[in-house]
Amino acid sequence: MQDGGIDKKRRHFLTAAATVVGGAGVIATAIPFVSTLSPSAKTKAVGGPIEVDISGLKLGERMVEKWRGKPVWILRRSEESLADLSGMTDILRDPESEVEQQPEYAKNEYRSVNPEYLVVIGLCTHLGCSPNYLARNEANDFGADWKGGFFCPCHGSKFDLAGRVYKGVPAPDNLVVPKYQFISKSKILIGDDSVGNGTGASS
Amino acid sequence: MSKLINGGIKLLNNTLGWIDDRFPLTKTWNEHLAQYYAPKNFNFWYYFGSLALLVLVIQIVTGIWLTMNYKPSAEHAFASVEYIMRDVNWGWWIRYMHSTGSSAFFIVIYLHMFRGMMYGSYKRPRELLWLTGMFIYLILMAEAFFGYLLPWGQMSYWGAQVIISLFGAIPFIGPELAEWIRGDYVVSDVTLNRFFSFHVIAVPLVLCGLVGLHIFALHEVGSNNPDGVEIKKHKDANGIPLDGIPFHPYYTVKDIVAVVVFLIFFCLVVFFNPEMGGYFLEHANFIPADPLKTPEHIAPVWYFTPFYAILRAVPDKLLGVVAMGASTLIFMTLPWLDRSPVKSIRYRGWKYRTALTIFVITFISLGWLGMQVATPNVTLASRIFAVIYFLFFLLMPFYTANDTDKPVPDRVT
Repeated sequence: MQDGGIDKKRRHFLTAAATVVGGAGVIATAIPFVSTLSPSAKTKAVGGPIEVDISGLKLGERMVEKWRGKPVWILRRSEESLADLSGMTDILRDPESEVEQQPEYAKNEYRSVNPEYLVVIGLCTHLGCSPNYLARNEANDFGADWKGGFFCPCHGSKFDLAGRVYKGVPAPDNLVVPKYQFISKSKILIGDDSVGNGTGASS
Repeated sequence: MSKLINGGIKLLNNTLGWIDDRFPLTKTWNEHLAQYYAPKNFNFWYYFGSLALLVLVIQIVTGIWLTMNYKPSAEHAFASVEYIMRDVNWGWWIRYMHSTGSSAFFIVIYLHMFRGMMYGSYKRPRELLWLTGMFIYLILMAEAFFGYLLPWGQMSYWGAQVIISLFGAIPFIGPELAEWIRGDYVVSDVTLNRFFSFHVIAVPLVLCGLVGLHIFALHEVGSNNPDGVEIKKHKDANGIPLDGIPFHPYYTVKDIVAVVVFLIFFCLVVFFNPEMGGYFLEHANFIPADPLKTPEHIAPVWYFTPFYAILRAVPDKLLGVVAMGASTLIFMTLPWLDRSPVKSIRYRGWKYRTALTIFVITFISLGWLGMQVATPNVTLASRIFAVIYFLFFLLMPFYTANDTDKPVPDRVT
């Protein structure tokens, strides 16, 4: 290179090389910063299955248990309420539970293993509030033909007694049914279905 | 005696000269205050910029002091706030200053934005000034949102749950994104801890940086004024705008009076009505967070309710989130939607005047609706107002293009 002259080729090469190497460095450095925000190993480890005793649950009553920090509802449904479920088809968005919001063994009219007991995660599929349970005979704003169900106070979504979402509300999907199994007539294991449902569950 | 005074002045001048040789102190002072010429016809609406700066300072100072006693953990957060309120000397005062300050911040900012819409302050050449201001507004909403989780009350918890779930509506990546933001499967201790970090460090840093940009942009283009005419068009022989007066001492003194009046109202709230009937501090937030039970009636703090009403009005999850996002971002497009050659409302025709009036009514109505329980009537009204809200913006290119504007004077009046 001659004195006083500027070797632009060399400058361009240096700029380009430094940009590529530096850019790769920035991307590599971003990885730990981004992934440190994801759930930690400890967070993932918490949340094993829980055992719930349902022997004290009366007809039409709902109990709330905490599993993985979320409310899980167990609702004991009467024959009358179960009979109502088949007549709701027209006002529901997904009456056949086509969207995968439940394990295969809960993909039925009652969305449960044992029709008498509904087990769902009590968080609205809209924005995650916990809806209120309004039994069929409870005072409500929805008219006399209210068959009982769940109403979300946050944004007004409604679900029937199988956790199926109504049409014309903000929630897109039915309530989520977690993995669960009956380990005896009066005990449910939530978060684990390894024994397999449909075998030891009914009867 | 006079010899002593003269000596003192000389020493001061020498010190100043010494600094000026090494740092542009006098130059900066002159550029931004003593020789920064602002229009002479500022009215009431021009107080809110400097008041916003004052509230920012109040929030930073009280925030630093709150941090000294607050504990960002799910187990201790609620109790530590009660500890601040009951046991820490003057803790209640510092906390009420901070909670009142957040509402005051939004009152001041909304009035500041309305001023811009009234006098066309977003129009050429102030588009970037408007955009930096809008970024400040968005960042301020983020700051308020992160801070609201910290007391770990019922509203804190379920508010955060709802807002984070908004991201879950994004197709494909939504659920993973929401989990990434929470750092957990539900709002938890992990979420609280990181929100604390965002609230006290990350977001305030960005906020202060943006405020700096906003002021730099302002001092480059100069302030608009209630007449919406450019004072830089008429300058005297020295290049000073004929209708301009130096910011210091004219507006510094004027703003100090505004500060006094503002602080009187501010203190009235802090000392006599810090909860403001549940509008500044929501009643449900005096109950510790319970992940199993949503409060019967959940609503965000008043400054978010217009957008919340729009979210609730849409009977579709993704579209609701999109509509809510659009309702906050759409302000950014104002400089390009407004086709009128006239800036100030004083010389605008009836079309824009009517539209702006309807918009103000709509904004306040949506704010009120967003606080109500979602009955069918509330939802219907929210839908109507949500449509009007967007029509104000979307129809703007049409009704501003052929409005019955009046002639604009050459100089300020």
